[in-house]
Amino acid sequence: MRDVAVIGVGITPFGELWNKSLRNLFTEAALAAIDDSGVDRIQSMYVGCMSSGLFVGQEHLAALAADYLGQRHIPSTRVESACASGGLAMRLGYMEVASGMNDVVLVGGVEKMTDSTGPEATFGLGTAADQEYECYHGITFPGLYALIARAHMEKYGTTREQLAMVAVKNHKNGANNPNAQYPFEITVDGVLKSVMIADPLRILDCSPITDGAAAAILCPVDMAKKLGKPIIKVIGTGHATDTIQLCDRDDPTWLEATYLAAKQAYAMADKKPSDIDFFEVHDCFTIAEICVMEALGLVDKGKGGPAVEAGKTAIEGKFPINPSGGLKSKGHPVGATGIAQVYEIVKQFRGEAEGRQVKNARIAMTQNMGGSGASTVTHIFERE
Amino acid sequence: MPTPSRYWREIPQRYRYEASRCTGCGKIFFPPRLVCSACGSREFEPTKIAEAGKVMTYTVIHTPPQPFVDQAPYAMGIVELDDGVRITGQIVDCDFSELAVGKRVRLEFRRISQDGKAGVIFYGYKFVPEI
Amino acid sequence: MVGIIGYGAYIPRNRIKVEEIAKVWGTDAPSYKRGLMLEEKSVPAPDQDTITMSVEASRRAIRRAGINPAEIGAAYIGSESHPYAVKPSGTVLAEALGATPECHTADLEFACKAGTECMFIALSLVEAGRIKYGLGVGADTSQGAPGDALEYSAAAGAAAFIFGKENCVAVSEETYAYMTDMPDFWRREYQYYPQHGGRFTGEPAYFTHITAAARGIMKKSGTSPKDFAYVIFHQPNGKFPFKVGQILGFNKAQIEPGWLVNKLGNTYSGSSPLGLTSTLDIAKPGDRILLVSYGSGAGSDAFIWKVTDRIDEVRDLAPKTRDILDTNKKYLEYGEYAKFRHKILKAE
Repeated sequence: MRDVAVIGVGITPFGELWNKSLRNLFTEAALAAIDDSGVDRIQSMYVGCMSSGLFVGQEHLAALAADYLGQRHIPSTRVESACASGGLAMRLGYMEVASGMNDVVLVGGVEKMTDSTGPEATFGLGTAADQEYECYHGITFPGLYALIARAHMEKYGTTREQLAMVAVKNHKNGANNPNAQYPFEITVDGVLKSVMIADPLRILDCSPITDGAAAAILCPVDMAKKLGKPIIKVIGTGHATDTIQLCDRDDPTWLEATYLAAKQAYAMADKKPSDIDFFEVHDCFTIAEICVMEALGLVDKGKGGPAVEAGKTAIEGKFPINPSGGLKSKGHPVGATGIAQVYEIVKQFRGEAEGRQVKNARIAMTQNMGGSGASTVTHIFERE
Repeated sequence: MPTPSRYWREIPQRYRYEASRCTGCGKIFFPPRLVCSACGSREFEPTKIAEAGKVMTYTVIHTPPQPFVDQAPYAMGIVELDDGVRITGQIVDCDFSELAVGKRVRLEFRRISQDGKAGVIFYGYKFVPEI
Repeated sequence: MVGIIGYGAYIPRNRIKVEEIAKVWGTDAPSYKRGLMLEEKSVPAPDQDTITMSVEASRRAIRRAGINPAEIGAAYIGSESHPYAVKPSGTVLAEALGATPECHTADLEFACKAGTECMFIALSLVEAGRIKYGLGVGADTSQGAPGDALEYSAAAGAAAFIFGKENCVAVSEETYAYMTDMPDFWRREYQYYPQHGGRFTGEPAYFTHITAAARGIMKKSGTSPKDFAYVIFHQPNGKFPFKVGQILGFNKAQIEPGWLVNKLGNTYSGSSPLGLTSTLDIAKPGDRILLVSYGSGAGSDAFIWKVTDRIDEVRDLAPKTRDILDTNKKYLEYGEYAKFRHKILKAE
């Protein structure tokens, strides 16, 4: 397998982008990534998108995206793995370049969510759970993570305040992200007084409904060197699944798929958690970030809450998490999220993350998760 | 909304709680599966899930999906039934202040949702406190 | 010997008090409570309907009967609030119980008498030897128009009875039906609320039919009021059953065990059948029970049951009706009640 580099990234602003369509969102991010990379052609592309069909009524997105990018005739693949669609597009693009099948591959992600009403979007997101045995009974994604949160609080004594601190930290970071949907700081008290969504989770525990897209250009490291680009290498990747239903897992607080995907990536990169300078993880809800840090091996089981409280996940902390602001502050256009994580890592490695820069970062990890944790994709990147 | 055929197909599980037990390792699957996730066996015998158990975790949904808008707020939980099978469902006839991990509940037949005013009515199980 | 081999009751936990309804319409609650002897009524939650209550009441009946539900050869639900205008309630019931596919089913409607009609038919099929076990259910989630006198009484509940030839808890000694055509209460197709003839529903309707049916069955069987330990009459309000009992020569003690209406309301098709369940809950072997229903339109079904030794073995196998009625109650305010009963106009 060949070593693969990320040579260009692009992103749209994240938010309620009323005047932007699904196709233009994707095209804007993809063109920005192509321009950033300096390549004059791409040979293949992957588009991560959870549900253009439900949110916009548009399927066959791969062809549409290639057409509007001015790339008709190239192979284009739409990738769906719920909220991990973007991360999976990244992994497939990586595999295509690493295998030698093609040299220049675009990986992107997009979601246009505000063309649906609130309850429609809630339903659409819910399709990532088991339709017949979870959604049939009225569960929602905040509801599933609330079930995880309640179990975590019962089992480990995680506090309501510790959950809030995840959101407060991510908003502090996101306040310095020009593309963030909610670039402002919030307080623990503000989280605890915000409107209840699914007890114990309140609106400020939840990532928002977001429109947005992100893209990256991958090529072999040898080619990147010839192009004179700073080398940002993909040194590890992992992908694992778990039961579709939350209730079928032995321990609802444990993200086994994340644990396994991380283990694969660590092994491939020959790194351990303490080697990683910062993480971009899937904080779709505050409790998710706590469970993810436990599954990534950053803390022992049940110790995620105290770690947040101790400031270990802050930009200056022992293992910074989500300097971008995470899904919480930056926004969560579900299919785009996995690629937006890659965007943040490239910006950090280039020293272009003003106000939220992690100092001397050289190795970073992404973790992108679908459903209530039924699929996870991880990547580890290294700046040469 | 499930189409009538899609709803009808699940009736044995939703009305009668029918499950399957792996003849290889004894694991019970609800709904039934074609291959055992524990031992890989493809041989099963019909069984039924236990009709009572205890709440493992719970929530109260305040922002529901479209078909449940009229029902909010409503409680949901994961319940470990007395045979070890875990299922997800609404917890009704229970004041929210009385929800608790470990609370004993049993299955009861209820209306789950409906396809608008004119479409099919969807029935199934919910949890009620065991009194 | 044919008779009841198992019985079960189901009542939703929600209640609304007469005062709460009277407050909204500016009526005089004390006079309603005194005049109609009504205090509160049951209210179905949005996820409870005639089908769900029938399933739960029937499961309780099966527990007391101790039979294999696959041997139920007929399952009938009587109701004026079947959830579908077209599509049987009985198929859902039979499927949920595990009585399909070798099972005859029908949905019946005859105002408040549909429940006893189901009992009448199921019992007869068993007696005729056509089926081994028959199930008859009376269930309703009745609606009274907002502000109408019926709103104070229209309630929700279900009672289920399984009939067989062996292991009876109450043997059927006699049946009788009395019926004429009479427009005292009706609901036209596509109408949400029923209409009624006011005081016309009393003397020529309820009292005429019930007294005729009661006298008819006693004459047919050669019995008189003193031969019965208990009697259950249809209970549209608290007053009528006592009044009709007095006319016929029954005393309060015979009526009271099956008189649930002051705390339950009128459960229509479930009304007198629920009264029979609460009476069976306290009856002793050898007791004779008279049951007389009434349905507007109009008619009465009458039954004489003789309780057997087996009652003592089965009554604790499922919740007793008074216990269901008196425990785990939740009182609603009118706004919540109006929401639950779909009395609020919402945007489409």
